[in-house]
Amino acid sequence: MLEIRNLHASAAEREILRGIDLTVNAGEVHAIMGPNGSGKSTLAHVLSGREPYEVTALLEMAPEERARAGIFLAFQYPVEIPGVSTTYFLKAALNATRKHRGLEELDAMDFLALLKEKTALVEMDQGLLNRPINEGFSGGEKKRNEIFQMAVLDPKLAILDETDSGLDIDALRIVAHGVDQLRNKDRATILITHYQRLLNYIIPDYVHVLFDGRIVTSGGKELAHELEQRGYSWIEERLQAGSVS
Amino acid sequence: MTELEEARERYCADFERFKQKAARNGGGWTYPLRKTAISRFAEVGFPTTRDEEWKYTSVAPIVKVRFRRADPRPNGVVPRALAQTGAGELAKNRLVFVNGHYSERLSSVGSLPGGVKVESLAAALVNDPAAVEPYLARHASYQDHAFVALNTAFMEDGAFVHVPKGCVIDEPIHLLFVSTSNGEATVSYPRNLIVIDSDSQVKIVESYVEVGGRGYLTNGVTEVIAGENSVIDHCKLERENETAFHVATLQARLGRSSNFVSHSITLGGALIRNDVNVMLDGEGGDCTLNGLYLGTGERHIDNHTRIDHMKPHCVSRELYKGILDGKVKAVFNGKIVVGKDARKTDAKQTNRNLLLSEEATIDTKPQLEIFNNDVKCSHASTIGRLDENALFYLRSRGLGLETARALLTYAFASEVVNQIKIAPVRAGLDDLLTARLQKICQA
Repeated sequence: MLEIRNLHASAAEREILRGIDLTVNAGEVHAIMGPNGSGKSTLAHVLSGREPYEVTALLEMAPEERARAGIFLAFQYPVEIPGVSTTYFLKAALNATRKHRGLEELDAMDFLALLKEKTALVEMDQGLLNRPINEGFSGGEKKRNEIFQMAVLDPKLAILDETDSGLDIDALRIVAHGVDQLRNKDRATILITHYQRLLNYIIPDYVHVLFDGRIVTSGGKELAHELEQRGYSWIEERLQAGSVS
Repeated sequence: MTELEEARERYCADFERFKQKAARNGGGWTYPLRKTAISRFAEVGFPTTRDEEWKYTSVAPIVKVRFRRADPRPNGVVPRALAQTGAGELAKNRLVFVNGHYSERLSSVGSLPGGVKVESLAAALVNDPAAVEPYLARHASYQDHAFVALNTAFMEDGAFVHVPKGCVIDEPIHLLFVSTSNGEATVSYPRNLIVIDSDSQVKIVESYVEVGGRGYLTNGVTEVIAGENSVIDHCKLERENETAFHVATLQARLGRSSNFVSHSITLGGALIRNDVNVMLDGEGGDCTLNGLYLGTGERHIDNHTRIDHMKPHCVSRELYKGILDGKVKAVFNGKIVVGKDARKTDAKQTNRNLLLSEEATIDTKPQLEIFNNDVKCSHASTIGRLDENALFYLRSRGLGLETARALLTYAFASEVVNQIKIAPVRAGLDDLLTARLQKICQA
């Protein structure tokens, strides 16, 4: 599904990703954890094609081409777009993707039925869909809107960039439940998170720790618990002692 | 002799030829008014960029053309051609003017309440001077505006709308101005007089379009007199040919507790100057002036507005938005004057500009002159580009770059469009904008 080999990325002459190797197969959920500034969000943005990172070793594709090929990024900070309703924009986005895949565009009736089904998944108020994208939404509503869009667009590779941060426990439960429901054998998922909390709801197959632009250790779900108990300084100490391979 | 002086003499000489015609047509009583106006023009002449009000707009491209006054062309336009402009079917009540002259054949007015007048001004000047004389040229000042002076001297036709007390007219009244100059440099002087008596409500749409018109000049003046407690919804759609010139003044006087909303939509023309002046001349008046200007190529678009708060408890809201591409030069000058008696004034002005190219420019200037302490006034102006974060967000969901740009640009415009309450105008404008923006964003 996704194979990253020796990925480097820099912005403003500063190298942020310093050689990432990662293989994610269909059906798997990978969590990428790391302290602030380790490069987690940069990795998410680079994968979805955001400028102006200087990137080596990745396909040259515009963000929309990646999206149509099946990559979805749930934003850490979803953008507010006054004047464009979520319904209008999502219909255009879905049909652009369907067209790319050689499918017929959905008509208004079918599209509305799809919206109705997917809003239920994240307990989203349908009234929000006719409002401008994210404008005046609460933090929880914005994150739900991200997962709702993911459900509609049905990506092959979903990258969730700190979807849990800033959420209260109820919102987190709803969002995490939505993501968990969207797990299937064809979809690969990368969860980028600072905290272990999200992983109580979505049990990952693999956990990777990102530190200073590199994946310094990988393991199963128990690695997340260890990080939760011992903090990122534990990794730092191990790194300094040279005991992390 | 400079070009400006030479042009001044040319217009004055033309007035000598024109005055006999004006007298012959029966509106002879207007002669003293015309004479005063042309005399004033002879004194002030055309403005230069040394005039504060014309600092960013040179009228040289207009002044150097030897325009000929447009004749009535009864057979120039067929209904089918009108329909193709998209402006033909906006409303059941429609007065059509071809090159500034009323066309009875193309016009149609449905049944209106008794006493309501929706007719050609040329006819009213002859048949109904008592209804026209108390208002005509009493509001739009020709003292310090050369183009208003010329319009007042040379006006021949336009719309006369009079709604007597207590009449609510639901159906919009569409005043449609069509130019057909066919490459000949002609000038028309549309003159509209709209008198709405107390407790009445009306919707007026002014459209300026062309059917084979090129290189012409429209010099228009519209006067609106809003009686006590009246409600007027006005919209002007300027869609002149891209080679044409358009200079126009809208002058409104609002009575006590009246409500006036005016949208000015500028989509066409090579050089456009709009003056919108409102006098809040009664307590509790409410005025909304919104504008949208869209420019591509090398066009010049100048919007000047002035709101005079003269009485207490009046509210004014102003939102002008510009979308500028290519090498367009745009100007926004918004003046708000709060008089010494106008306590509890509540005035808010906003001008926002979206630049789509490196070479487009905007000069934006808010001017607040406040002579009372007990007021609430604010202004804001911004100049920006499309939000990169928003673009990436849309693209990351699969929208192409051009579609994303067009969508965000449309969203920027929609804040103004959505405020237009006259549904067919809003819908028509929506379609026009969508098509136009798609084209711009592809280039």
